[in-house]
Amino acid sequence: MKNLSMMEAIREAMTKKMREDPTVFIMGEDVGAFGGCFGVTAGMFDEFGAERVRDTPISEGVIIGCAVGAAATGTRPIAELMFIDFVTVGADQLVNQAAKMRYMVGGKIKLPMVVRLPLGAGTRAAAQHSQSLEAWLAHIPGLKVVYPSCPNDAYGLMLKAIEDDNPVVFLEHKILYGVRGEVDENAKPIEFGKADIKREGKDLTVAATGRMVHEALKTAEELSKDGIEIEVFDPRTLFPFDKETLFKSIEKTNKLLIVSEENKRGSFAGEISAMVAEECFDNLDAPIKRLCAVNSPVPFSPVLEDYYVPNAEDIVKAVTTMF
Amino acid sequence: MHIADATRGILGANGIVGAGQNIATGAGLSAKLRGTDQVCACFFGDGSTNQGTFHESLNLASIWRLPVIFVCENNLYGISMHQSRHQAIQDIADRAVAYNIPGVVVDGNDVFAVYEAAKEAIERARNGQGPSLIECKTYRHHGHFEGDPAKYKPAEEVAEWMSKDPIPRLINYMIDNNILSKEEFNDIDSQINDEIKEAIKFAEESPWPPIESVVEDIYTDIVEEVKK
Ligand SMILES: Cc1ncc(C[n+]2csc(CCOP(=O)(O)OP(=O)(O)O)c2C)c(N)n1
Ligand SMILES: [Mg+2]
Repeated sequence: MKNLSMMEAIREAMTKKMREDPTVFIMGEDVGAFGGCFGVTAGMFDEFGAERVRDTPISEGVIIGCAVGAAATGTRPIAELMFIDFVTVGADQLVNQAAKMRYMVGGKIKLPMVVRLPLGAGTRAAAQHSQSLEAWLAHIPGLKVVYPSCPNDAYGLMLKAIEDDNPVVFLEHKILYGVRGEVDENAKPIEFGKADIKREGKDLTVAATGRMVHEALKTAEELSKDGIEIEVFDPRTLFPFDKETLFKSIEKTNKLLIVSEENKRGSFAGEISAMVAEECFDNLDAPIKRLCAVNSPVPFSPVLEDYYVPNAEDIVKAVTTMF
Repeated sequence: MHIADATRGILGANGIVGAGQNIATGAGLSAKLRGTDQVCACFFGDGSTNQGTFHESLNLASIWRLPVIFVCENNLYGISMHQSRHQAIQDIADRAVAYNIPGVVVDGNDVFAVYEAAKEAIERARNGQGPSLIECKTYRHHGHFEGDPAKYKPAEEVAEWMSKDPIPRLINYMIDNNILSKEEFNDIDSQINDEIKEAIKFAEESPWPPIESVVEDIYTDIVEEVKK
């Protein structure tokens, strides 16, 4: 066991894979000697050199597209974009190319590639550097969408993402980069589609991703004092999604609150809600509730940004209305 | 960072590298369609010229002969990437050849040279001769962001470029040529300093925006509920 930050855990997993497999390489803007926009690849250039830790021009289209071409022909690229917001610039390569190539050639090509996308609000980075766009990505058949909330999950999921023979988008919440936790470096990769119950409880299930998992856990103690024991469900991957574990939790608690940092309209939180309404309705004894960000661009003003994102206080309020 | 002033025709600095080039092309088209003599000046960095937007904009503005002045501030870096590592050319102005438009290189730290190049490009644009690309050679004195140690910039390079700082260069020129006296310069300088201090004070003393404003200015007509 090792105590690592989320950022270190991601780095260690990539480093392990690059040591094991010479076809794994990283590319992205300033990922080389500079160590990446947030420092995730710090030191990797020193170990693996410029051939395998490749600085690219500011060209998101070709960063993703180059990963597609390289993955189709026998290597395992990891592409880093500085912010998920820039995925729009390279969206064709991800949505129409990476996600569809295998299907369109009748399964004759595989694309073992990872696209790393830092996301999330809370850094005062305003409307074009703070979004949570996971619903767009999870919407696209052909992409796997990974969203770890703690260092151990980030480590195990990154190992799996690199081993996976399909395009994987790996979401990294910027606010969580510094969060520390115990990481079992000898653990096996974490299978996709296996959720984790981050806290057990009998009264209400909170389904949350990324930073919202931490907000939910914060409220749990407080609610516990009031005699409400919430169960915190972290899907860890949005596609594949572990319905079984979620439904099992709801069978026990009969209540579901979904907490997400996305704009509520068209959010993945809506998808979770629909799955449960369609397939697990009989186990609910209260309407499903979604707590999401305000339907606005991420505001720059600190007071507005703090309001925009759901927080522990909002969760307590939402939970209280469900009894 | 996102400086904008619609009343002065400033459409805003952009958080997405290269995005402004496309928008500028549209503003140029609009000036043409509306029959004004407006031109659109679009400023961007060396790093942005590797985005598709740069090439798409120059091409479209060229075939439609739009009144757009593409001004590249080549400060030699895109974050940590020296220009020599992000593109295999030295003069970005060379890329104008591909779009059959003028591409001029100017000393970006020489106010007069920039003025002359701009004047010519604006005249061309107003005469219906289409866009120009002006590459201003300059330097990024600071890091990319506050607190960037900027270890990737060699000390000699910084020293050399600091000696070409355009501001003292212009001031010295004006004083040496009796365009401006030292006293006049000091007056202007302290006036500007006061204005800045005033602006900081105004910002610090202004109240935080009300929570309801989070959903304002998204649409012209719809104001959504402030609801999580
Ligand atoms: C599409 C996109 N990719 C990456 C970034 C991150 N980024 C912000 S500024 C910058 C460097 C820009 O370099 P350059 O165009 O030379 O402008 P300079 O900062 O030197 O003026 C980068 C990579 C961004 N904002 N948008
Ligand atoms: Mg630059």
